[in-house]
Amino acid sequence: MPYLPAEIPLPQPTVDDAPFWEACKRQELVIQRCKNCGTFRHMPMPVCYNCQSFDFEWAKVSGEGTVYSYANVTYPTHPALKDRVPFNIVVVELPDAGNVRMTSNVVDTPFEELYIGMPVEVVFEEVTEQITLPRFKRAQT
Amino acid sequence: MSVWPMRDQTAIVGIGETEYTKWGQTRRSEFQLACEAILKAIEDAGLNVKDIDGLCSYAGDRNEPSLLATALGIPQLRFSNMLWGGGGGGGSGAVHNACMAVFSGSANHVVAFRALAQGQFGRFGQSRTGQKVSGGQAYGAPFGLMTPAQRFALQTRRHMHLYGTTSRQLGAVAVACRKHAQHNPRAIMYGRPMTLEDHQNSRMIVDPFRLYDCCLESDGAAAAVITSAERAKNCKQRPVYIMGVSQGTGFQQGSFADKSKFDTANFEEVAKDLYERAGVTPRDIDVAQIYENFTGMVIMSIENHGFCKKGEGGPFVEGGRIEWPDGELPINTSGGNLSEAYTHGFELVTEAVRQMRGTSTCQVKDAEICLVASGPGVTPVSDMILRR
Repeated sequence: MPYLPAEIPLPQPTVDDAPFWEACKRQELVIQRCKNCGTFRHMPMPVCYNCQSFDFEWAKVSGEGTVYSYANVTYPTHPALKDRVPFNIVVVELPDAGNVRMTSNVVDTPFEELYIGMPVEVVFEEVTEQITLPRFKRAQT
Repeated sequence: MSVWPMRDQTAIVGIGETEYTKWGQTRRSEFQLACEAILKAIEDAGLNVKDIDGLCSYAGDRNEPSLLATALGIPQLRFSNMLWGGGGGGGSGAVHNACMAVFSGSANHVVAFRALAQGQFGRFGQSRTGQKVSGGQAYGAPFGLMTPAQRFALQTRRHMHLYGTTSRQLGAVAVACRKHAQHNPRAIMYGRPMTLEDHQNSRMIVDPFRLYDCCLESDGAAAAVITSAERAKNCKQRPVYIMGVSQGTGFQQGSFADKSKFDTANFEEVAKDLYERAGVTPRDIDVAQIYENFTGMVIMSIENHGFCKKGEGGPFVEGGRIEWPDGELPINTSGGNLSEAYTHGFELVTEAVRQMRGTSTCQVKDAEICLVASGPGVTPVSDMILRR
């Protein structure tokens, strides 16, 4: 069972970010990297904020990160979450992708044990046939 | 540096607001609330609907100027304007846009307003997204990040981690606003006092935010009439002059998780512009209306506006420093978003005007200069400084 139910809003890939979600289905975490200056960026954007180049690649990254911030949701804000609280929301920083950050969840750790700086690694959860989400677990190494 | 050309050249000459109620309790439509607040502001100014030739709002207000002009009988609309961006970031910005319209001679009397009926159109404390999300929402909602409380809980956690800010310090903000609301019969929380212990005992919504760290969810509308300083002399009320006003955002604030800084309310650049334009410093501010979406963001706003150093906002709000009548910087003297009503912070604009007229229910003695900080943490945000 995924960390959060499939009935909450799920991504509708667009022309700007479909490759990100397609990579998740292959269990790969990819982050946009400018081919001109090498700057990573996330969420996906068609242009580099550093050099304004439209030339980029989807770079496969390790999925190893650290917790940048975290919160514990105890009030369900969507009908499908009524019986699924509490759950955590985290912001994870990815050191091998230029320290870009992404919002996600840590699936295997009680809230009381989360901390800023905690090492985590990506896990992929197939929520529907179309959508696989990148979530995180406590790093093993 | 030369003096900012718009300093003191425009004024707020009328304010109006509807009855404020908890979401879902009004029998009136949001559109009617907008009409009522606008008409009250015009009447307060001693003007006629036929004098009004501009309307502007923010946060995707659903009440279109053309329909409002039709409903109200405005004969000629010269200026209709919407400030981009959600949340309360446009409260002072809508006034800013009105000021530019009158200062440039593009319009004569512009009403800035915000009408919000969460009962009619859905609560901000619940997911307002559809089954599929794209753009920025695709990187939040599937992970359960669906409400402002959750976003700003993540930012506040970071502030607590970096600077040692505590839940009791968050509570001090909520207690100050609630205390002020006890003097204000308009306030939804009038007659319902709250202690710091009540705050500490309130249920957790999204840790670190408890129920009383979160703004109200309300139905209501507020409005203000802006005109040139010259025309203001002939209006019914004593004019309240706009010394400085600013809007915008710092670097990389648009994509939530990857925003450049978490431990800020995004006012650093906007506040710098504001003080330069107004020609004053934080020490000159007698009273402040600082938008509370959530208590933690008020603490970061206080830091961003130079009332204390970065990281010292938590200790700053303790010990009654932000409370009327004895605190050195009374804030949100009507009760604000936390205890008066949530009209996306436009009720803080009307309260700022009352302070400068000397008619607040928590009137700061001899107050001459008031700050309004609109919409911490969102993008764009906006700021203004008013004077008597």
